[in-house]
Amino acid sequence: MAVLAPAVTASRRSFARPTARKRRNVAAHVFLIILVIYFLMPLWWLFVASTKDAHGLFDGTGGALWFDKNFAFFDNVGKLFTYSHGIYLRWLGNSFLYALSGGVGATILAILAGYGFAKFDFRGRNLGFAVLLGSVMVPLTALVIPTFVLFSQLNLTDTIWAVILPSLLNPFGVYLMRVYAADAVPDEMLEAARIDGAGEFRTFLQVALPLMRPAIVTVLLLSIVGTWNNYFLPLAVLSNNNLYPVTVGLGLWNGLASSNSGTGTDSLWSLIVIGSFISIIPLVIAFLTMQRYWQGGLAIGSLK
Amino acid sequence: MTHAGSAVAMKPPRQASAPNEKRSRRASRRRHSIGWIFVAPFGIVFIIFLVVPLIYAFSQSLFSQGLATGTTFTGLGNYAKAFTDPDFLGGVLFVVVFSAVLIPIQMAVSLAAALVLDSLTTRLAKFSRLMIFVPYAIPAVIGALMWGFLYSPSFGPISQFFALFNMSGPDLLSSGNIFGGLLNVVTWQWAGYYMIIIYAALQGIDPTIYEAAKIDGANARQVAIRIKVPLVTAALVLILVFALIGTLQFFTEPTVLTPMANGAIGPAFTPNIYAYNLAFKFSQINYASAVSFALGIIVFIGVYIFLFLTRKKGSFL
Repeated sequence: MAVLAPAVTASRRSFARPTARKRRNVAAHVFLIILVIYFLMPLWWLFVASTKDAHGLFDGTGGALWFDKNFAFFDNVGKLFTYSHGIYLRWLGNSFLYALSGGVGATILAILAGYGFAKFDFRGRNLGFAVLLGSVMVPLTALVIPTFVLFSQLNLTDTIWAVILPSLLNPFGVYLMRVYAADAVPDEMLEAARIDGAGEFRTFLQVALPLMRPAIVTVLLLSIVGTWNNYFLPLAVLSNNNLYPVTVGLGLWNGLASSNSGTGTDSLWSLIVIGSFISIIPLVIAFLTMQRYWQGGLAIGSLK
Repeated sequence: MTHAGSAVAMKPPRQASAPNEKRSRRASRRRHSIGWIFVAPFGIVFIIFLVVPLIYAFSQSLFSQGLATGTTFTGLGNYAKAFTDPDFLGGVLFVVVFSAVLIPIQMAVSLAAALVLDSLTTRLAKFSRLMIFVPYAIPAVIGALMWGFLYSPSFGPISQFFALFNMSGPDLLSSGNIFGGLLNVVTWQWAGYYMIIIYAALQGIDPTIYEAAKIDGANARQVAIRIKVPLVTAALVLILVFALIGTLQFFTEPTVLTPMANGAIGPAFTPNIYAYNLAFKFSQINYASAVSFALGIIVFIGVYIFLFLTRKKGSFL
């Protein structure tokens, strides 16, 4: 721990006025606690609200940020999973399908291309990489409507491919991979593998790939989150409710619940709340359990 | 770069042992051309889903549909229309002003949080770091839905809090306050992600620099402002570019809040919402393509100018 050494001397140096340092530390912690409350408050609300029935959601006994006397969490889950022939579970399944296939596919393409840009001096490499960097600046949502029109010509709208195929495009992932592979994969190791008679693809699989693991986990997580959270693309290219991912499905319910605020919409609101709560669990858990990998990886792009 | 080195090594000054050199040079070139095979799969996706849609959108934008005339070629007519269309220009103005207010706030929150977290090693600090980041894992749709509920004047906690004092709280979903309401949603969603990027860059700084500064008599605040912030400029620029690209194509949050905010968010609130409504509600595909393409150009030029300016400043530092 290189950090320890200066910390020790620092505390010795500030021995003369320990109260100032203590006060600063208290102030820093108070600042952090305020931030944590701000960032967690909506999630706390969502958790509390998902335990309320439709009546408690609007007129609960404990206010918006505390539990109602009626604990209806499991009741809500049951209603959510059976509403409209269990369409919510379908949406959740679609989200998993789109996020995993799009995310894994985009990551594989990014690994290959990043390694290619970093370790081979082929003709057109610099031009290709310059075009790639420029494309990071192209707003991807500007492509949604053109992609929709193009897909409708090919009769591909309203299919899973209309969501998965465009999700394979992740220029920033390629950039991260290239930056990381250039430093983390030493040329000498590749050279040694070649001298030992390994082919290019074996060298890539057995030497380079293990060294690129932190960047791979990071790009995979970023791509999966990007596809999972995507709203505009599936909203534009899908019109069949059965193909919706959970984000578009909840948006649909939100529109329905807001527009006809008559009978029966109260229960739709509580479905939106419990549906939102269930759908954020997988990604939150993924991030919390894999923090060791992505925290270092996120720094890759910022070091160059 | 090690590659520049190996490229130079391919042209050795001595011409002796020519057959050997030639053979290895040819082998090396053949080996390097394998790079194309690695890049090709991404290249194909890049062409089909980025280059082709862009070209197609541009070609579509050169035509117009009329009820009587059918589809006719009108050249840059749609662009002339877009850049005099008050709906489109209003949307552009909104996202530009929104970025100008949002980005400094987001930067200040994430930089302050990262600097505080970098100076502490307590358990609470570690816990806070994760919790501040969590909103990044929440889809924007759900983030907007949650805040929409929290803003609600009839049952949200903000109005309940003000009701304790017999006052009516601010309605963040009204047309006068929706700007602030959206500002809060986006800051909440992204500040943690930006904080982690800055924090990771701060952790990469060699700690002996702080030691030297302390010997020179610098206090903690001076170390933070004079040493830490300049050393993470690259991370700050990266975040600014992300934030700029993201905000100029603002779509999801205002779309989700539209049904909740009675009339505060119109069909041309942002350029992307306008393009979506043109394409799917008014079936004006050609004009929608022109609006999409124009937005793409505005973002590209805006980000390019920004990168150019910051690069210049960076080289003077």
